[in-house]
Amino acid sequence: MQKFIIGLLVSNQFGVLTRVSGMFSRRGFNIDSLTVGETENREYSRMTVTMTGDEYNRDQIIKQLRKLHDVKEVKQMDPERCVSRELILIKVRATSENRQDIMDAVNVFRNKIIDFSPQSVCMELTGESGKLDAFIELMKPYGIIEMCRTGMISMDRGVTSLQVPD
Amino acid sequence: MKLTGSQILIETLIEQGTEVVFGYPGGAVLNIYDDLYLNAHRIRHVISAHEQGAAHAADGYARATGKTGVVLATSGPGATNLVTGIATAHLDSVPMVAITGNVACSLLGRDSFQEVDIVGITLPITKHNYMVKDVADLADTIREAFQIAQSGRPGPVLIDIPKDVQINTAEFIPQAACTPVLPAPVEEADLVRAVELIQNSKRPYIYCGGGVLRSGAGAQVMALAEKLDAPIGFSMMGLSAVPSDFPLSLGMTGMHGSYVASKAKTEADLILALGVRFSDRATGDKSKYAAGAKVIHVDIDDAELDKNIAAHLGLLGDVKEVLDRLLVLISEKKKPEWLARIAEMQQYAAAHSGMPLGELSPFGVIDAVSRRTEKDTPVATDVGQHQMWVAQRYPFASPRTLISSGGLGTMGFGLGAAIGACIATGKRTVLFTGDGSFGMNLNELATAVSQKLPVVIVILNNGVLGMVRQWQTAFYQKHYSQTTLERKTNFAALAEAFGARGLAAATPEELERCLDAAFSVNGPVVIDCAIDKDERVLPMIPPNCSVEQIILN
Repeated sequence: MQKFIIGLLVSNQFGVLTRVSGMFSRRGFNIDSLTVGETENREYSRMTVTMTGDEYNRDQIIKQLRKLHDVKEVKQMDPERCVSRELILIKVRATSENRQDIMDAVNVFRNKIIDFSPQSVCMELTGESGKLDAFIELMKPYGIIEMCRTGMISMDRGVTSLQVPD
Repeated sequence: MKLTGSQILIETLIEQGTEVVFGYPGGAVLNIYDDLYLNAHRIRHVISAHEQGAAHAADGYARATGKTGVVLATSGPGATNLVTGIATAHLDSVPMVAITGNVACSLLGRDSFQEVDIVGITLPITKHNYMVKDVADLADTIREAFQIAQSGRPGPVLIDIPKDVQINTAEFIPQAACTPVLPAPVEEADLVRAVELIQNSKRPYIYCGGGVLRSGAGAQVMALAEKLDAPIGFSMMGLSAVPSDFPLSLGMTGMHGSYVASKAKTEADLILALGVRFSDRATGDKSKYAAGAKVIHVDIDDAELDKNIAAHLGLLGDVKEVLDRLLVLISEKKKPEWLARIAEMQQYAAAHSGMPLGELSPFGVIDAVSRRTEKDTPVATDVGQHQMWVAQRYPFASPRTLISSGGLGTMGFGLGAAIGACIATGKRTVLFTGDGSFGMNLNELATAVSQKLPVVIVILNNGVLGMVRQWQTAFYQKHYSQTTLERKTNFAALAEAFGARGLAAATPEELERCLDAAFSVNGPVVIDCAIDKDERVLPMIPPNCSVEQIILN
């Protein structure tokens, strides 16, 4: 079993997310995360899918994605040659005693505090998934009130890019 | 010129070459039916008894001709009644455009009368589908739908058109019919590898699937077989691509395939798989499948390569294009030892075949019918034992003459499909069916009568759900749970009640008389043929087994 990152360009139309996610569930593919958002060209959205599986699963996913009419381009991202980021918002319980410890962790992980109350601190953190996982572990003892995680987005380093074929 | 949405639909269908629409009217398609009325001289509409029958008819029309079948239904139940027909076409890669009306856009999402999310429902069973919310997009959407349905591996496309979109107007500019997008040619280097594998093979085997029919590559397959002394086995979907009497044809492979077709495949050292998808019914136990052979898999759908069987070489492309190029590169190589081994298998199979039970045997009925059909007679089937008997026995002589539901195995498919094939070809059409399958959608007899269609309906009537019963006999200790029907249906009288001719036969002599009559009537005829309930479809390779476990008699 390996982790794979797949980048997609899809038509920016209603129902496309359903088509893609429906294909995954119908064919029994397990995905770890799926993100979607509009690109600089409003006609297209970009998706990043992360999955765990073997090469058979990976090849089938890519081929089945290519068959969807609204999917314009599919590419397996090379982890060595791409940058990947994920964002979390995480709210933890804080008291006057432990607030400084939390602030120290925020500094080490280079995240931002975006909200503050007498009983809580809310932070924003971006990075690769491993870093986020580590930070979440670190925050557990304080008591995580709630958290949101975007799932990974990923693009090539350098000048290459995912393009809709002519 | 400014046209309403429903006018645009009619004009675009005609522009795309549609001659016949199968369908059923209703509230959400009244505008479309009004324009069909006004354009009746330009486009024919065939009303079915039930929308499912219309969908199967559009499917049968497409299978018989290769053209895109068109079906039209109203919203809600009209649309959901299409579902089985669309799924059937999807599994067998049949080009179809399904059009449904829906409630007006302002009523969508409010659980309005006869509103259903047919786009959501058909998402997994269409190649693509659309809801058109702006009449300005309608013509191009329909054009794109036809192109998608026909291109590459064909399939059904659904277009849902809300009622207000049918009424609103937009500018319409006629265009030429779209042409299918052609696949890129296969890489030369891959062809060279294929040639090497083929030339080094001592025991080559051609596995011919539905893609060969779609591609129109029957002649190429025969030429290659002759050059290589390679026998040909067929998936059920590939039957009729090559005439059954072609000397190298071994008939169908798979669960109910011929002994030779299955056995030769296991002894082959090279399998050239053409336009097949290695379905579980065709392969049995995949771990034992062609264990001693290298597999070259040619298919137009990339996702089929390495999906069910890992090929040593996958060629993505059109079968005909690939074979045309291979034939130039391959030199003739005779293999008398391999052919002698095949002949030996054939003798073994002949010596181990079973004896028919009862006066009328399934093969006897099929033979009697085939003596009266012409080379290009479309032969439709339903699903079950009779279907397998036809696949095993009927002498197919011309491509696209078998109209049968393979992937989905849809009981109730046959009559609608036979109606579609009959209308498409204008030829007398035969339907082989069973009493179980026929009971599912026999209401379409009304359609065959109203359209005055010469369809000869041969019911192999054993009074049981024979295929399920056969499994109960073999694997469920003869627990005949709900397969003994105890019905008293008089199919001959039923046919007469519908306004068709109805006949019944229990002996070979009666059958001869019935068939003579049936083939001279210019309209639908039902012949109820009594066969023994214990007739089995043999050979049989039990599910998930290999040819080693084949049951011959």
